[in-house]
Amino acid sequence: MYRALADAIRDAEARGVTLSQVALEAEAKDQGRTIESIREALRRALVVMRESVERGMIGDLKSSSGLVGGDAAKLRTGPDGPLANTPFRDVLARAIAVQEVNAAMGVIVAAPTAGGAGVLPAVLTGIAKARGIDDERVIDALATAGLIGAVVAERASLSGAEGGCQAETGAAAGMAAGAAVEMLGGSPRQVGHATALAQQGTLGLVCDPLGGLVELPCVFRNATGAAIAMAAIEMAMAGIEFAIPADEVIDTMGEIGANMDVRYRETAGGGLAATPTGRRLAKERLYEIKRAGA
Amino acid sequence: MVSLLDIIGPVMVGPSSSHTAGACRLGLLARCLVGGTPEKARVELHGSFARTGEGHGTDKAIVGGLMGFRPDDERLRTALDIMEHEGLDYQFEKTSLGDDAHPNTVRITLERGDRTAQMVGASLGAGRVLVNEIDGYPVEIPGNLHTIVLVAEDVTGSVARIAGILADASCNIATLKLSRKERGGDAFMVIEVDEQPDESVRDAIRALSWVKWAFRLDKVGA
Repeated sequence: MYRALADAIRDAEARGVTLSQVALEAEAKDQGRTIESIREALRRALVVMRESVERGMIGDLKSSSGLVGGDAAKLRTGPDGPLANTPFRDVLARAIAVQEVNAAMGVIVAAPTAGGAGVLPAVLTGIAKARGIDDERVIDALATAGLIGAVVAERASLSGAEGGCQAETGAAAGMAAGAAVEMLGGSPRQVGHATALAQQGTLGLVCDPLGGLVELPCVFRNATGAAIAMAAIEMAMAGIEFAIPADEVIDTMGEIGANMDVRYRETAGGGLAATPTGRRLAKERLYEIKRAGA
Repeated sequence: MVSLLDIIGPVMVGPSSSHTAGACRLGLLARCLVGGTPEKARVELHGSFARTGEGHGTDKAIVGGLMGFRPDDERLRTALDIMEHEGLDYQFEKTSLGDDAHPNTVRITLERGDRTAQMVGASLGAGRVLVNEIDGYPVEIPGNLHTIVLVAEDVTGSVARIAGILADASCNIATLKLSRKERGGDAFMVIEVDEQPDESVRDAIRALSWVKWAFRLDKVGA
């Protein structure tokens, strides 16, 4: 697999093909599989992504601690805000839906991780629905998302424990933004700018879950991560270019993660987890979980 | 090498790839050591597994893995009820395995019929795992290929005999690691193979007079 997005963009441009095409070819070569079998695996992932969106939208789920659940449905049926009846509002609802399913031990696709699993399906399936884009193009977009995620894994990290939330929902936003731009007909170069624009907007983001549970703020951080991806997609499609290449933005994320205090890397020792309310809620809810399990 | 399908996946029951999917994979690997679902198990959780495991369903995931459920099996959610219904005796404890142990480490001691085994393994993140110890022997098994582990007396030609058994079973060797503590001491072999070996392969290896024990671990990777 590529270690630099710039190399993949160069190859795709030289051959006049999409980034998903060069990504699928690289994966086929690395793993000794056919492109069709890789696309089949991605097709299954898309099916599970859609199922998790639909499951979460119903609004009847509660996480094991009871801290989160039911909020995706509020965006679906609740009072209007400035984004009423837009794909943007639908994308926010979808991101929360997947993460509520995850928190309730439902089936999701960890892409790139379980904690950041809401962003990519929300952005891709939300835009595909709004624009009537067929599944084959969404599957190709998933390959592009995988390429971007692989570059992040290679150059930085995809683990909140290593790099904070910028490595989970931040990386997911970069993957979703780039993938959606390809799906919307953007050039490989525009994909790079979209990735850079999304990732730069999440630099420094800490991982501070209450009680160490993948619940709060994770559910809402997937929604705001999807919102940053949507902003990056809009800017890149409009022709905006980000001066720092995506690879260097990703390197920066890795460097910030490496220097991030351990309190902000999934340990529940800092950030929102360490607020008075955060500590109180975590203590109460963890007690509830233990009592329910006993 | 990072695979695109590792990034877009795995399909799994939430909420955490390390505390749920990885924990389930460790349970799946452990059950291989006794050739099926153990009747008794003692599960000792260390570090973050002990601290936040309940909220992440780590206990359910390990129990589900021990019963043969994969990380995307929705039965993981009710694994503790199923365990009770099946009359399985699995006990959980919190422990400390020392500062050197990975924060997400578990020690599982198993019984099934007359077979017993003990495994120590860690969940490294993103669903990846590493088995560190089997029956007190240090190993490094990531479990993304089918693996055979054995301890044998240090006799000449041992590798050739084992390779022969695998060749007869049409198992292609991907990697082979051989180590021993001293000349003439026990030789330890970890063999990763491309095809799933039959349980008869383990039996054939065990039947060799100089083999002390052998285990077969089925792959749990994507």
